[in-house]
Amino acid sequence: MLKKLIFTTAVTLAAFTLHSQAQEPRRGGTIRFTAPYATSFVSNDSHVSNSVQDEIYGYALHRSLYKWDSVNNKPVLELAKSVSTSADGLVHTFKLRDDALFHNGRKMTADDIIWSYTRLMDASKNYPGAAFIRRIKGALDVQNGTAKEISGLKKIDDFTLEISLIEKGEPGFLFRTATTSIFPAKEAQDPNFFNKPIGLGPFKFVEHIPGSRMVFERWEKFYVAGKPYADKLVISPMGEAAARDVAFRNKEIDVSILGPTQYVAYQADANLKKGILEVAEVFTRNMGMNPTHKPFSDKRVRQAINHAIDSDLIISRLVRNKAYRATSWLPLSSPAYDKALKPYAFDPERAKKLLAEAGYPDGFEFEWTASPNESWGIPIVEATIPMLAKVGIKVKVKPVEGSALGGIIAKGDFQAYIWSNTSGPDPLTQMKCFHSKTPRSSCNYTTFSHPEVDKLIDEAGATDDLAKRNEILKKANAILYEEAPVWFFNYNKAVLAHQPWLRGLQPNATELALQYYEDLWVDETSPAAK
Amino acid sequence: MLPYVVRRLLQAVPILLAVAGLIFVMFSVIPGDFASTQMADGRTVVDAEQVARMNTQFGLDDPVHVRFAKYIGKLMTLDLGTSFRTRQPVINSLLERIWPSLQLAMAAMLFAIVIGVPLGFLAALKPGGWLDMQSMIVAVSGLSLPQFWLGLMLMYGFALILGWFPSFGYGDGSPRYLVLPAVALGVAPLALLARTTRAAVLEVMNADFVRTARAKGNSEVRVMRWHVARNAAVIVLTTLGLQFGSIMGGAVVIEKLFAWPGIGSLLVDSVSLRDIPVVQACILLLVLFFLIVNIIVDVLCALIDPRIKYT
Repeated sequence: MLKKLIFTTAVTLAAFTLHSQAQEPRRGGTIRFTAPYATSFVSNDSHVSNSVQDEIYGYALHRSLYKWDSVNNKPVLELAKSVSTSADGLVHTFKLRDDALFHNGRKMTADDIIWSYTRLMDASKNYPGAAFIRRIKGALDVQNGTAKEISGLKKIDDFTLEISLIEKGEPGFLFRTATTSIFPAKEAQDPNFFNKPIGLGPFKFVEHIPGSRMVFERWEKFYVAGKPYADKLVISPMGEAAARDVAFRNKEIDVSILGPTQYVAYQADANLKKGILEVAEVFTRNMGMNPTHKPFSDKRVRQAINHAIDSDLIISRLVRNKAYRATSWLPLSSPAYDKALKPYAFDPERAKKLLAEAGYPDGFEFEWTASPNESWGIPIVEATIPMLAKVGIKVKVKPVEGSALGGIIAKGDFQAYIWSNTSGPDPLTQMKCFHSKTPRSSCNYTTFSHPEVDKLIDEAGATDDLAKRNEILKKANAILYEEAPVWFFNYNKAVLAHQPWLRGLQPNATELALQYYEDLWVDETSPAAK
Repeated sequence: MLPYVVRRLLQAVPILLAVAGLIFVMFSVIPGDFASTQMADGRTVVDAEQVARMNTQFGLDDPVHVRFAKYIGKLMTLDLGTSFRTRQPVINSLLERIWPSLQLAMAAMLFAIVIGVPLGFLAALKPGGWLDMQSMIVAVSGLSLPQFWLGLMLMYGFALILGWFPSFGYGDGSPRYLVLPAVALGVAPLALLARTTRAAVLEVMNADFVRTARAKGNSEVRVMRWHVARNAAVIVLTTLGLQFGSIMGGAVVIEKLFAWPGIGSLLVDSVSLRDIPVVQACILLLVLFFLIVNIIVDVLCALIDPRIKYT
């Protein structure tokens, strides 16, 4: 089943890529993109928000040191031509592009990067990107107010920058999102800068009508020759799926992210079906179990829950196959995904036996905290209730608002929860969430602790050989499977519907709604082709 | 009249303070805070130190009474605070959203008045007649239809099927973009206005002074215009003032649905991200709008009906 899924995904992606490449990109026209999540864009300052919505416009306006290569599923250099790494793996020397121009025509230099990263460590602002920059040596000193400059950032010359990290790791995973965008050092200090911000991205800012749209036009001097293709880009925040559906069918927008219900409807429509892009995103939907609730401290109970729930049935009936069955934590699109692992079998008898061995022959009761989310919230919990009841486990649902869920979990105020957590793209970072030294308030929500897993994660972090690192992480992932700190429910299948005239979409497994707009183009059949 | 208006405005101050207090208490007891909402979103590996710093920065780790005292202190100096999300003064966010919200509210109100008042008036002329029955069906339906559903149906019918209007967005602020959200928002007040007008006209038509006017030989048009319409207008205007509140409340749903850049959608965003200063400011602004509109209505009532005296 899983092999079939992987094969299908691979074939879809390959076909999609080939199809996109089959035609010569056309210049001109307007791309009418949507930001499909709940809230509007926060502001014109990409540093202040880490929401996907803001990332969506950030990809048009700004650039970071790295970008995400969706085809090869890895970070690649963007604002630098090359990087060399010291023998200890801590110091990275970047040869920066000398052709990257801000939208006012000024050339980017190492000073702009240093200024941007230093800005992110401003303790009075608490920018979310600080979580990445703090991995640079001396960054915390700036945040703590004991230094004004980050000692780990060293300008060799205008186009050579040395970055010293506090620990080994792939810098591409740290400096690739819009939260670490490079701003023009001098210009960004102007109090009016964010009224009409400039960046290094393929599109120039034109206007932002908060709550309605952001408009951009082509930056003619973008450093990738011939790109971007479109003259104009309009991004509308549209969190309401039904409204987005009408706008998409009415050909007012070029893309829409689909939920399970729409996924079924679009697949059933011969025309709409042609414009569907599916990707296994790096999100693992799971039920986390708090070991302070006595039954969950026993791994046999946790395994029993994995056996007691018919995950395949829920995925097919409720999630409408808009998900892939999870085996362990690391998802299909992770480089450390373990194809050999088989998901827990639906086996109520085995579940009962495990519960009896653990001392719960008559089952037990627990409170399950859940948000209303249709794919990983209360509807899913409700579907599991009769399955768990069959093995004697009673569930009391504790409904909470979606935006409050994360805070409640981070504080440990739960017996069990259901959530969708990022499980990539960097497998090492994600597996560290199961290291005993990682606090619950970071991401070790189930306070998982296993000496062998700790050892493997440490070992993976110490090795420079990526292939070897992934093999080590696979072993840790397999132990996680065995220990079952969570019910491994599914990996998200992100589905993007696009109009037939929109080309160049990228199968971005980190978040499908994030596209590099310079690669997108509209053919002459678009209503906004002119 | 002026002392009355001034008194009413002064009375608004304790109301606004009470509302501010209520919002503050509500957001102190419901789960979730800005820092954890932003950082613990399931997408990022949470930096616990960062969350702690943010809580300190925004004063969220202060005791509730200290936060409240600080907030009221600022409010007294008309300082609405700084948005947690944008790190910019809240007033900036409000200023850029007020005009689209007013546009939408006024258009919805206009739609409700232009259709609802004549409909109710005409229905009252022949109670139990065909038009009366039809208008009451419209009124009851309008009051019972959920705005969200109605908005979607309007999108579907007038954008997707007929292609008359765009289904979403603000465009250049032109009426084409305004029509569907305004209609979706205006249908409920229209229905209530139609019913209120009908009832008011029927009541006035049976009054002694109307019978007297007819007995004096006044034409039916004159009776209707000078005696019935003017007297019924007081009741209709009062309803109108009260309906303004429902329009501003309904805008929260409609603005979000139609991607309309008003206060309503700002409020929804801010609630879901626990950007409390913005939530407080938005609600205070909506309450203020409501109070001002009702003061204007009272003044208009006094102008229409000389029997009403404000001292």
